[in-house]
Amino acid sequence: MEFKDYYKIMGVEKDASQDEIKRAYKKLARKYHPDVSKEADAEERFKEVGEAYEALKDPEKRAAYDRLGANWKAGQDFNPPPDWDAGFEFNGGGFTGGDAADFSDFFESLFGHGFGSAQARRPRGGFNARGNDHHAKVLINLEDAYHGASRSITLQTPQLDNSGHVINKQRTLNVKIPRGVKQGQRIRLSGQGSPGMGQAPAGDLYLEIEFNPHSIYKIDGHDVYLDLPVTPWEAALGATLKVPTPDGTVDLKIAAGTTSGRKHRLKARGIPGNPPGDLYVVPQITLPPADSDTAKALYHKMEQELAYNPRKKLGV
Amino acid sequence: MTQKILNGIVLDEQTELTLNDLCCACSSSAEWIIELVEEGALEPVNLKLLGQQQTQWRFSVNALQRARTAMRLQRDLGINLAGIALTLDLLDEINTLEARLRRIEIKQA
Repeated sequence: MEFKDYYKIMGVEKDASQDEIKRAYKKLARKYHPDVSKEADAEERFKEVGEAYEALKDPEKRAAYDRLGANWKAGQDFNPPPDWDAGFEFNGGGFTGGDAADFSDFFESLFGHGFGSAQARRPRGGFNARGNDHHAKVLINLEDAYHGASRSITLQTPQLDNSGHVINKQRTLNVKIPRGVKQGQRIRLSGQGSPGMGQAPAGDLYLEIEFNPHSIYKIDGHDVYLDLPVTPWEAALGATLKVPTPDGTVDLKIAAGTTSGRKHRLKARGIPGNPPGDLYVVPQITLPPADSDTAKALYHKMEQELAYNPRKKLGV
Repeated sequence: MTQKILNGIVLDEQTELTLNDLCCACSSSAEWIIELVEEGALEPVNLKLLGQQQTQWRFSVNALQRARTAMRLQRDLGINLAGIALTLDLLDEINTLEARLRRIEIKQA
């Protein structure tokens, strides 16, 4: 397990006051809040900051953490020394709203676990209570939106065991991804959330669709874009080209005198739906390298025989 | 082990959610959702019809996303309702602008 430097995560000195720590936390929480932040690793950082604050805001936990010594470096392999917490009792000095179930092994090895979870997922009261809804993201490929697919999804569900402790139970579901789904769209699976209490029904499971970034296609709603490299002679003379689409290869005719960036719309070949999206093929003219005598000779010949000045309009 | 493949319902632009759906999806009370509506942070799709005849509120799928974001903003950052409403509007605006930017970038690439 890796040692975590909570002071470094919070960006404060080791002798920072509780007020400074609180201010640093508030600032970082706003900066990395996954709903607000545009940072790529916002969610990870937000959890990390929440965990660091959990350890440092409570003077007792902080003191115990400090006693581990200043010699540890972040990322170092770490096991808590025996009796390191002698004299402390961490009976839950008030947890922030952060989801304690997400705290690291490092945190749990120091302060135990099961603290905030009960608070974070408080039961909805009464004997007959509908189970909580669950929310998860499911990553699919663009091709799955064209053809439909099934995905197996593993969910962690916190549950109370017989002795009343919170344990994470794993559950795997096979879910059909229908064709035509869009980025950000949700699928609702009735009754696949938490079990209800008493006679009440189970909650629902909401899956949010997210596309894996694609190596060649870009996606905009239902529309799909493809950059298609073409040679100068294909662009100049016109040609019929083989073009990949998520639905298989098609032939595309490009006109003589095609310029880079001129969009060719393949109607209804975007993500299926009602109406379906379009596929836009965007030719990009690429130059063959002048890396042999033959190639150089050909370029020289063009230079001499074509008398082409692309900067004519610039008056030079 | 072979497992049954579950079929869900795709929530599209036509899908409408009830007040109860939103409460369950956010693990929140109906009162809290009502406060969000009163603050203008959420708007039922049939708000205008309600004056004419008494019907239940219906929400778009977009409201689900907004309500859940609102829930996290309040829980994680301690923002009050007015602040939540403002944040949601600004986030919407940023999303719209970013989508426009992406479209322009795709066209110019």
